[in-house]
Amino acid sequence: MRYLPLTDTDRQAMLATIGAATIDDLFVDVPEAARLSGPIAGLPMHASEMAVERHMSALAAKNVAAGSVPFFLGCGAYKHHVPASVDHIIQRGEFLTAYTPYQPEIAQGTLQVMFEFQTQVARLLGTDVANASMYDGSTACWEAIGMARRITKRAKAILSPGLHPHYVSVAKTMAKYTGDALDTATPTLDDDFGIDALIAKIDGETSCVVVQYPDILGRIADLTALADACHANKALLIAVVTEPVALGAIRSPGEMDADIVVGEGQSLGVGLQFGGPYVGLFGCKDKYVRQMPGRLCGETVDAEGKRGFVLTLSTREQHIRREKATSNICTSSVLCALAMSAHMTLLGEAGLRRLAEINHLGAAAAADRLAQVPGVEVVSNAFFNEFTLKLPREARPVVRALADRGILAGVSLGRLYPGDGDLANGLVIAVTETTTQDDVEALARALAEELA
Amino acid sequence: MTINASGWRPERPETNADTAPATFTGNRALMLDEPLIFEVGSTETTGVDLAEVPAGTSRLGGLERARAIGLPGLSEPETMRHYTRLSRQNYAIDLGLFPLGSCTMKHNPRLNEKMARLPGFADVHPLQPVDTVQGAFGVIHELAEWLITLTGMHSVAMSPKAGAHGELCGILAIKAALDAKGEGARKVILVPESAHGTNPATAAFAGYAVENIPASDAGRIDTDALLARLGPDVAAVMITNPNTCGLFERDMKTISDAVHAVGGFVYCDGANFNAIVGKVRPGDLGIDAMHINLHKTFSTPHGGGGPGSGPVVLSAALSPFAPLPFVVKQSDGKFALIEEESAGDDHPHSFGRMVAFHGQMGMFTRALTYILSHGADGLRQVAEDAVLNANYILRSLEGTLSAPFAASGPCMHEALFSDDGLAEGFSTLDVAKGLIDEGFHPMTVYFPLVVHGAMLVEPTETESKAGIDQFIGALRSVAERAKAGDASLKTAPHFAPRSRLDETQAARKPVLVWREPVLAAAAE
Amino acid sequence: MSRYFTQDHEWVDVEGDTGTVGITEFAQGQLGDIVFVDVPEAGKTLSKGGDAAVVESVKAASDVYAPVSGTVTEGNAALTDSPALVNEDAEGQGWFFKLTLSDPSELSGLMDEAAYAAFVAKQ
Repeated sequence: MRYLPLTDTDRQAMLATIGAATIDDLFVDVPEAARLSGPIAGLPMHASEMAVERHMSALAAKNVAAGSVPFFLGCGAYKHHVPASVDHIIQRGEFLTAYTPYQPEIAQGTLQVMFEFQTQVARLLGTDVANASMYDGSTACWEAIGMARRITKRAKAILSPGLHPHYVSVAKTMAKYTGDALDTATPTLDDDFGIDALIAKIDGETSCVVVQYPDILGRIADLTALADACHANKALLIAVVTEPVALGAIRSPGEMDADIVVGEGQSLGVGLQFGGPYVGLFGCKDKYVRQMPGRLCGETVDAEGKRGFVLTLSTREQHIRREKATSNICTSSVLCALAMSAHMTLLGEAGLRRLAEINHLGAAAAADRLAQVPGVEVVSNAFFNEFTLKLPREARPVVRALADRGILAGVSLGRLYPGDGDLANGLVIAVTETTTQDDVEALARALAEELA
Repeated sequence: MTINASGWRPERPETNADTAPATFTGNRALMLDEPLIFEVGSTETTGVDLAEVPAGTSRLGGLERARAIGLPGLSEPETMRHYTRLSRQNYAIDLGLFPLGSCTMKHNPRLNEKMARLPGFADVHPLQPVDTVQGAFGVIHELAEWLITLTGMHSVAMSPKAGAHGELCGILAIKAALDAKGEGARKVILVPESAHGTNPATAAFAGYAVENIPASDAGRIDTDALLARLGPDVAAVMITNPNTCGLFERDMKTISDAVHAVGGFVYCDGANFNAIVGKVRPGDLGIDAMHINLHKTFSTPHGGGGPGSGPVVLSAALSPFAPLPFVVKQSDGKFALIEEESAGDDHPHSFGRMVAFHGQMGMFTRALTYILSHGADGLRQVAEDAVLNANYILRSLEGTLSAPFAASGPCMHEALFSDDGLAEGFSTLDVAKGLIDEGFHPMTVYFPLVVHGAMLVEPTETESKAGIDQFIGALRSVAERAKAGDASLKTAPHFAPRSRLDETQAARKPVLVWREPVLAAAAE
Repeated sequence: MSRYFTQDHEWVDVEGDTGTVGITEFAQGQLGDIVFVDVPEAGKTLSKGGDAAVVESVKAASDVYAPVSGTVTEGNAALTDSPALVNEDAEGQGWFFKLTLSDPSELSGLMDEAAYAAFVAKQ
């Protein structure tokens, strides 16, 4: 078997050194009744690369790849062009097959990448500091709610209606165990981000307000007044960014005085990957750093006075604090963080800003074109690269019909909020630099035909 | 106050005198120092050619960015060089044996990477209509079937994103099951004192009081103590098997039966599944839930610290409480996704959703590729060779290093040594740093906590005998130096890109982001 | 003023009903370089033997327990910027917090300097 280097001669020699007759003698501690006598019946035996490729390729062929059709899905995962170098960088064996940098003298590669990533993310989100990544945006979001509870010692969290319903669902699940009381609501199919309504809900029991920016319908709004209202009540503002490319065009939540900014970094460097692995972003103000979950890399010097990097503030983490840890999280998503960091390095600030401009103006043009389809209304006035259409009838069947015609026409709100009659006609469209005019035209025509 | 039992204490590194000649660049031949992107990049530079910005008026609602972000850019050649140079400062499995106990640092097959990158897997969106992603669901389902069959369990929750996340899933399923039976008053979870820190952290998160079960002198759970502690207030027991000392818990079935008899559940930490995959089914030992680390047993890459993947196999008793979403095969052979909407009457007891979308699809394709490559016979050989390699190391070194449990029988896939016998003033840390100079990543150190100065060595099955012999020779040499009190060990490593780093300063005065240095001239 | 010691290596100096609490020289030596001390806030009620503070080195976080019950009046603010004070002067400037004792009779169960020295010698 190609991955197993030992030969039978090796095995015999090693058994002799050990003083055992057979390998099964080494399993003597396993109760007889639990020992399997041979390979598990009914399962296939080992296979060649060629055979495995054939099998996996057949499965892959049953999926419609985003790049093969006009594609307009967003809602928490976005298709952007990832430069070819990124995939080569993350496949270098010294990055791909390295471990968590617990022995920093021989892990400065990973550690410096983490430090650069932390800095890039903090700057992008507008926070003082950022950690070296979480599993994804949804877990980063509920961890932030937990962090707000620890800091404020209050348990009432207000979740904006614009927060991704999966993120809300995750927060609700976790709140059952943390004792957080969540105030949630579904969005309305209009242009209202809901700042005033959120401000009205804040009181002396509020631990945090959680908003998504841009939100699930693609809406954006100034968060400054909301941040002020939170702080006046000694609550924290948590902002969730699921499309970091947006921050190349619009102000960061940190600039607007959000206390904790979390998000999903998938857009940059990582690719769609059917939902994972992704990379959770987590930034906050300096004063809260000891309450932040996840790994942190810090700068220091070695015995020769050379600058180097190490994992630090580890006493927050489970392997030291055990039951008193800030979180049970052990690993992070460093390989995806490397991909995101490399992509950001290739773009640079000028590149990111231009990429954001292309996304936004492309989306604006697409919105204008789709508004021309009879019966279709563009709900959003201000947005980045994602906006919502109101169709004359239920959107979900329309999406299915268009898929049959070879167009992946966005995410229906019926898919995200099943059973909600007020949202059923909503369709969220994402447009990125990978979307062509032909794609938009194809969607517009197909939509017109379908709705006729 | 409690004083930590592991024996580790931080020391500031002593300053080394550097006798090699200085170079202009600070480089040493192929050891290339690399500055931060913030020091060499520019906000104006970009290594990507972008299209022309289309015409149109912006509708950003007045939220246009006014301030600079501060993100440096590099051209493509500079970017490749930057990351290539950084990569060369890392040890990795591709370079050599990586003996980290409980991490299972096995070879990461490149076929896995090729398959994960097929556009049909890499370029699909999680919210696409289910008819357009039947192949992706097919992968999830096929992998799930393998995991269920290998472990002898009833179902598997695929969505947890890492081992610790999987532990959380298992404990929350147990809590949901107890609540459903009206037994929510059970407040205690028993955890062996040798357990990994994620175990008590997870239990505490779920609202349980954690009580430690001591280890016996033989390195296993003190079964009598555990059985004596069982009662109607115990919700669950969390057991790692094989345990963190590298030993198989012989009494596992007895423990499971006893826990079930008092109405509790058994959670198994599957971090060490590599020792028994294909040889033993944990389901036969009476467990109710076990997380599997795909990045350990099933070779998905560690990547410098994740992403991982932690699916959780569940017993019939716990299956109704599994989190959303999951994939089911319908009678017509097509796959459906059970989410909040479709949970309905069939899955009303799910404890909820743990993560957005479906889980670590990229890891599923890699793990399934690995499993199909090995097959049932190959996987069984994996466990056998892993255990053989660890025992070979144990017996080869038990004369040199103290091996507290070596006399009681074979180990499983990892060998445990302690610092007993090292010269006065010499520690496990010194042995670890000495091993770096020999060209190896150190073994796991100071874990498990039940052994003083623990050194936990896990070679895995993907090592040749020659490679293992070299490792044994290196560790023997370093250990002898530590026993003889060789002072040069205190300042090791000498040949790594960095010598010992000041972790105390990093913690006292954390510098977590790069800041523009204040130039001395500007400060005047 | 009297100084008392616990078996968990805390000391408490008592003057009237005010106590000053820290960890012993022996304890700081065992912990190595201290990087952070989490001291209790003024107003917090502590029970004898219960959690009072946390002292962190790079790779360990050790719980410090209240030697006697009472209400915290002050945490040592100097430790925020200089946790190294605990290493340099554990039984003086490296004090953790002051409290008002609620039950001075609890002191009778603690060791004096000589008894603690003998206790440490056996460690």
